Parts: sequence; structure tokens; C-alpha cells
Amino acid sequence: MSAELGFVMLVHDGLHRTAQVARYLAESGSPVVIHADARTPATDFRQLQTALADLPDVRFCRRIACEWGTWSLVVAMRHAARLMLDSFPQVRHVHALSGVCLPLRPVSHLAAFLARNPDTDFIESVSVADVNWTKGGLSAERFTLYFPFAYKRQRWLFDRAVTLQRALHIRRDMPEGLAPHIGSQWWTLTRRTLGAILDEPAAPQIDRFFKRAWIPDESYFQTMARVHSRQIESRSLTLGKFDHQGKPHVFYDDHLQLLRRSDCFMARKVWSGADRLYAHFLSDRPDAPAVDTEPQPSRIDRHFARATQQRVRGRAGLYMVSRFPVRNRENGKTAEPYSVFQGFTEMFRDFEEWLSAVSAARVHGHLFAPHKVEFAGREKVFAGGLSDSASLRDYNPRAFLTNLLWATRGERQCFQFGPADTQGRNYDLLSFMASDPNAQISVISGAWAVPLYRSGQRAEQLRAEAARLQRIETAMLGVLRSPAAHARIRIWTMAEFLENPSDPMHSIFDEIAPHQQARLIQMPELVDMQGFGAFLQDLRNQGMQPVLMGDFPLGVTDPAPGHRIK
Amino acid sequence: MKRLRALREAWRWRRKRQNRLLRALWKRGELRCLVDRTAAIGAGDVLVFCTLRNEALRLPFFLAHYRRLGATHFLFVDNDSDDGGRELLMQQPDASVWHTRGSYRASRFGMDWLQWLLIRHGHDRWCLTVDADELLLYPHHDTRPLPALTEWLDARAIPAMGALMLELYPKGPLDAQRYSAGQDPAEVLQWYDRANYTITRKSDIDALWIQGGPRSRVFLADRPRQGPTLTKVPLVRWNRRHVYLNSTHSMLPRGMNREIYDDQGGEKLSGVLLHTKFLPQVVEKSTEEKSRRQHFGDPGIYDAYYDALIQAPDLWCAASTRYTGWRQLEGEGIMSRGEWA
Repeated sequence: MSAELGFVMLVHDGLHRTAQVARYLAESGSPVVIHADARTPATDFRQLQTALADLPDVRFCRRIACEWGTWSLVVAMRHAARLMLDSFPQVRHVHALSGVCLPLRPVSHLAAFLARNPDTDFIESVSVADVNWTKGGLSAERFTLYFPFAYKRQRWLFDRAVTLQRALHIRRDMPEGLAPHIGSQWWTLTRRTLGAILDEPAAPQIDRFFKRAWIPDESYFQTMARVHSRQIESRSLTLGKFDHQGKPHVFYDDHLQLLRRSDCFMARKVWSGADRLYAHFLSDRPDAPAVDTEPQPSRIDRHFARATQQRVRGRAGLYMVSRFPVRNRENGKTAEPYSVFQGFTEMFRDFEEWLSAVSAARVHGHLFAPHKVEFAGREKVFAGGLSDSASLRDYNPRAFLTNLLWATRGERQCFQFGPADTQGRNYDLLSFMASDPNAQISVISGAWAVPLYRSGQRAEQLRAEAARLQRIETAMLGVLRSPAAHARIRIWTMAEFLENPSDPMHSIFDEIAPHQQARLIQMPELVDMQGFGAFLQDLRNQGMQPVLMGDFPLGVTDPAPGHRIK
Repeated sequence: MKRLRALREAWRWRRKRQNRLLRALWKRGELRCLVDRTAAIGAGDVLVFCTLRNEALRLPFFLAHYRRLGATHFLFVDNDSDDGGRELLMQQPDASVWHTRGSYRASRFGMDWLQWLLIRHGHDRWCLTVDADELLLYPHHDTRPLPALTEWLDARAIPAMGALMLELYPKGPLDAQRYSAGQDPAEVLQWYDRANYTITRKSDIDALWIQGGPRSRVFLADRPRQGPTLTKVPLVRWNRRHVYLNSTHSMLPRGMNREIYDDQGGEKLSGVLLHTKFLPQVVEKSTEEKSRRQHFGDPGIYDAYYDALIQAPDLWCAASTRYTGWRQLEGEGIMSRGEWA
């Protein structure tokens, strides 16, 4: 059966691999025709000829000089195909492969597959009107413009020529009866279809047209097959994946298992140094799949789709030597959701302890406290090697935060923040958090006054500090209320919060630990606020106007301590 | 106006680059060739360039490591070693060796010498410029040697690959370890910091400036600006017009620095230079370095740092990560495979 399947190979370098693959195919009983680029060094070519001299069914066709993306490749392919059809009348299917293709299954499997589909042409052939994979913007224009310059060697001229023709509205007409299609060059055609293409009666006119098209080797056979084929299955039997630039992915030794499990017949492109792949797939494999197993390329598809995702979108919250997104191009400013609390440790006794007891989150103190980083448990060095030194942190507060969140992926981080903390230049840190959808920021405004009140000092001593903190918090609230804020932000004045503390606590908690029974959890205890109203009045009497707390009556009454949330 | 300024800026950098090239020509007089095997360099070879002084202990593994990666020729500038390292290098069949007594500091930390060798032998080749205490890793390096990497980069017209210099350190005082020549330094220095790096984009040369790691954490907590620069551009498809700007941290023309990272959210392929500075010998070497004062930048400010090193401190902490291989570093985002899956 293998004798009914012929292989045409287009090769230009790495000929020792060509010799290996051609020998493997020929020894399986299939005829092989090789076209070697005329620019391949003569010594290399002679070596290839010598290496294959003992195989009568390996032939070499007339050599022409090939250039990427040009008509020469079509001519080379036609020479090879013609020699194949003329020399081996028993051949019913012809499979095209390149010097970097590697058979992944015994030839008999492919031959059996084709015998099951005797009249089908397997050629990826997509109408140019519908393709979306062409890179560089040229699809239909491949056929309607002129391409006098080589894309790889004369890129500047190539681009200018395209621009100029667009400006002049230059347009070539497609020959009558042809609908341009493009697709992979690595096809498998029936003798009938291939013969009809080679014997095309309107050949001179069609040739003239394709000679001037761009990358005709991806369109000539694909278009002509549409004319002559009885039954097209628009896919290539050769497994090949392309990266986001449209360059083919390369297979290496470490892809062996992936390729083995794909059950595909042929793969491209394989690195010429991949000794293990060549050794494995070009030997008698005891682990070969059953002869009628269908190819399953989806695993490989996923593997490379993930890679493209990493190249194009990157990992959220990662800043490193080869990924440093400009503002708003981060695809995720931070790695994980986190919670920022402002005013809670001031209002509640042991808020940190309470929160870490009732949630699975890591609860820090004021990470941005002016003199020291207050890591959970007041560690000296935290995850990833972050130091509690304030000067290291303040050197780049934003990087400190992104590092922390990156280093603790998988564990929610909560920390306290406030107007007394390091803010970064121009509230840079808060602006960053406010614009980050991962941040949950909860603020009880004016709560900074509670520690002042509890310090026992007199209002006249605290007046300046109170004014400073109020000024900073006012600016912070401005940042949080700006239209650029995308974080989950909640702001209460102290007065609002105290009216019914359990409601806000409930909703915050639901976001941090959605699966916990929040309503069953004991509320943390509020600090003693007796006399706070009078303290505020004292500040007013000193000429300072505390406003961020909201309307506080002179004699405030605590809500009943110890009640349950909701 | 803005355009004019940009033009003037471009011209200034161009002059700077040309000056550096001239300097390299001038400084080549300080080099004396001891062994020249460069005739053996083949077309697709990846070359390793290295200046060193008294690194005999590290050399056996250094050579083995880069040979295993697929480097085919080494070009060494020996800055007057007296520990037998030079003789060792001269015996290597794949190494060419130059000798100089010139000042390391006055030749911009050896870069002027290497610059000349890069011009002379590196043009249009893939060149790896590293220190003797730097071991390059990149994703899949265990199954895809350097030629696989450079072919892949060439196919995409990517002219350089960046790397983070990752400091490895032991657990316990630096001088309490034992290292013998030929041993993998990562067996002794098993730990690293995985996420305490800061990045600034230097807008004038479009390069990233990464700092941090254990040296900042332990020695420079109160002056983080002086933290070591950890950005590196070790692997470059060299052109005789290229120059390294300061050490191998950044390059001219400036566009080369832009090739290293993606600023639209994606990840480019990058590697890691394992820095094996903290082998036990660093303690005595620091005494020598301090007195030689040949360090990068203002040598005076490093006195405190050397004093600290001479005390053989312990860089390890509970937050340190044990190094287990490239997959771990890739997973931690220390380096990235980009699209090279």
C-alpha cells in the first residue's frame, strides 16, 4: 500500500536530516522525489546523493534556485511532482514535505488512511476573503498588487512598493474562473488532481498571474485544487503551529511525548539538532498507535496557545526583565485580589487578629507605616525576600506591593492603610491601587482621629497632626473617587459606619471569604468612644475643623457590643 | 522643538557610541595574545567572551557549563591572574586567551578589552558576554542547546536576549561552606530571593534598571539606590557597531535595549545569570578587592559593603527560596519562556 503514496521533498539545508527522512520513507516502500535548492552547496548535495544511492525509488529532480515567498518554489514543486507522476505510475496520492518535516507515524498508517479516502485531496485551502491568520496585513492584496522586491532581502523597498500601489489604487485582475485561496504548502493530493493541475490548459496565463503574486507557494496549488479537485478536505495532514508573528513553532527533543500522543502523521518544523526526535520517530516504534487511529492535534494546539497567551498577554501582576508594561497595558496590574482597610484598626480592638482568625487571608498591619513594614506576625523578611525596612520599601512602594502580591499567589493579602502611611510621590501608591480591579479598598474616613483621641494628649498638642492627617485623607478620598478608579471601593464616614457597623462588615467579609458563614461570626469589639465627640469639639475650639468623620454628636453612644453581624 | 531635542539626543548617544568604539581600538594595545585559536571558529558558532582575574576555582565548572550549553569557543582576557587560571585556560582546546596587566578599572571593568575582541571576532555572530561568576540559564536549556536558541531568535529577527542576574547564596555564614573546583556552585549556593526586585525604566536609553535581591536586603537596606544593577544583556547577535554601555547591563545603539522587554503586557523570552559570587572564597577575596579598589562606580562607597562581606554574614532567611532548576525560575517569573514553548 505504501507504494501508492509518493513523497516530494523540497529541501535546501540540513541535508543529513533529509537523507535520514528520505531513507525512512523509501525503506517503507514509498517512492521519494527530492528537489534540492540549486543554491545548496554542491558538496552537500553530492553527499546526499551518495547517502541515498542504494535506494532505487529515491529520485532527484531538476534543481532551481529558490527564494522564500517566490514563484521559484512553485516551479520546484511542479518539477518534483511531474517527476513523481511520470516515474511512478502506481502512485495514487502525493504528499509534499519540506526538509524540516518529520514523519510521526509509520508510512503504512498514512497510506492506509489515504486508501480509506481514495478520492480526497487534503489541502488547506481557504478563500482569501475569509482568512484571519495572515500576518503583516496582506491577504487579498497578495494577488491584486505587484511584488517586484524580495520580502526578506529588500524589506524597505517591498513596503514602499506596497504603500505606493495602495496610494495609486493599482489593481491586477484575477484570471477568469479562479478564486484565490491560500493555505499550507504541505498538502496531500490525489494523482488525478495533481495531474490536472500540472496539465492545466490555461497554464501560461495563470502562471503569469501567480508569478507576480506574493507567496505563490501558499496559494498556487491551493487555488488550482479548487478548480480541479472533486473532493477537498481543507486541512493539512502535516501538523504545524504558528506563533503570534506567523512564524512556525519549532519542535525539540522535549516535545517528544507531546508529538507522540498527537497521533499526527507528519510534523513541521523540527529542529535539525533534535536527535531524540529523529531517532525515536524514524525507528520501528513498539509504541506506535493502532493503524487506524485518527490524528489528535488538540493537545499540541493547547500547548502552543498557552505559549502565545504568555507572549502576548503575559502573566498578570508580573514585572520582570522581559515584561515591563507601560501604564494600563498590564493585563492585570497585580497578581491576585487583595483588601485594603483604612480606619478599621482604629475603630476596632484587635481588628487584625480578628480578621485573620475568621478568614483564611494573610492579615498584615500597616504595610506602609512610616518607620517599618508591619508584616503579619511582624516578620523581619516576608515572602519572596521582602524586607521590613522602610527605606527599601519606599524606594519603590508600588514594586513593593506588586512583589508582595506576586510572591503570595494563592493566598489573599489584607493590610491596613491610612493617611499617616507612606503614600509615594503624588499619591502614586493609592492611585495605583485605586485603578486596580484586584483591590478591595474599604475606608472609614476620619478614623485617624481615634488614636489621637485615645493618646490622652490635649487637643492643642494634636491640632497640627490632626490637620495634617485630614489634609492627606481628603486628597486620598479624591483619588478614590476619581473616574480612573476601578477598584472595589467603599467609603463611610465614621458617623455612617457607627450607625450600623455590621452591614458594611458583612459585605466586605463576603468578598474576602465568600464561602464562610459570615452571619455566624462574632463581630470584633469597637474601641471605647466615650468622649470622642467632646474631643472633636475641643479640636474645633482650637480652630481646626474636623469634617471627615461626618456628623458626630457630642455624646456618642456605642452600638451594642458583641452583637452578631446582621 | 521636541523633535529637535530628540535629534540632538540621538546625536549625543551616537557620539558616545563612537567614542567607546575608538576607546576599544586604543585599548587593544594593552592586550597580548597568548593563544589564538580563533581560526577554528565556525559559521554558526556561539562565542563566549569573558574578562577575569584569579578565578581558577570557578573555571572548570564555568567551561563545562557553557560547553554543555553548546558554546563552541571561549575568548578570555586574563587580567594578570596569579592563581594558575591563565595556564588552565591556555590548555583548553576551544579557548583563545589574551593577557593584560592594564587596570581593570581604567578599562571600564574590562569592557574596553572585550569590546575590541567583540569587534574583531564577534561581528555577525551570537556572542555571550559573561563574568566568570555568571552562569547563563534559559528556558529549556537542558534540552535545547544555544544553537537551537539562536536559530529561533534569528528566525524572528530578535537580536538579543536579556537576563536577570540572580544572586545565589548559601544557608549559614558565607565562609562555613565548602566548594571545590569543578563542582556545580548551585550545590553550595542553594538559595535565592524570588520577589524583591524593583524596576525603573531609564527613559534616556530605553533600558530597564532592575535592583534588589539579597545584597540590597542585607547590605544596602538604608541606601537602596546603591543596590546592585541586575539587568543584563548577555546574549547578542553582535555587530561591530554595537557597544556595551556599562558592564553588560545595557547597550548602544539604544534600540537594542528595547529588544529585551515587552511594554504592552506580553512576555519576551529571557534567561537568568546565576551569580555565584557568594562562594566561600568571597570572604578573603573581599579583603583583596577592598584594597584594590577596582570596583564599578565610586569605589569608596563599597567599603562598608566589603567590610560586611569580610564578616562572613548569613544571607539566608526564612523567606529564601531553594533553587531547584529552570522550570522553577520560569514559574516564579524570574525568567520567561515567552512564546518559545
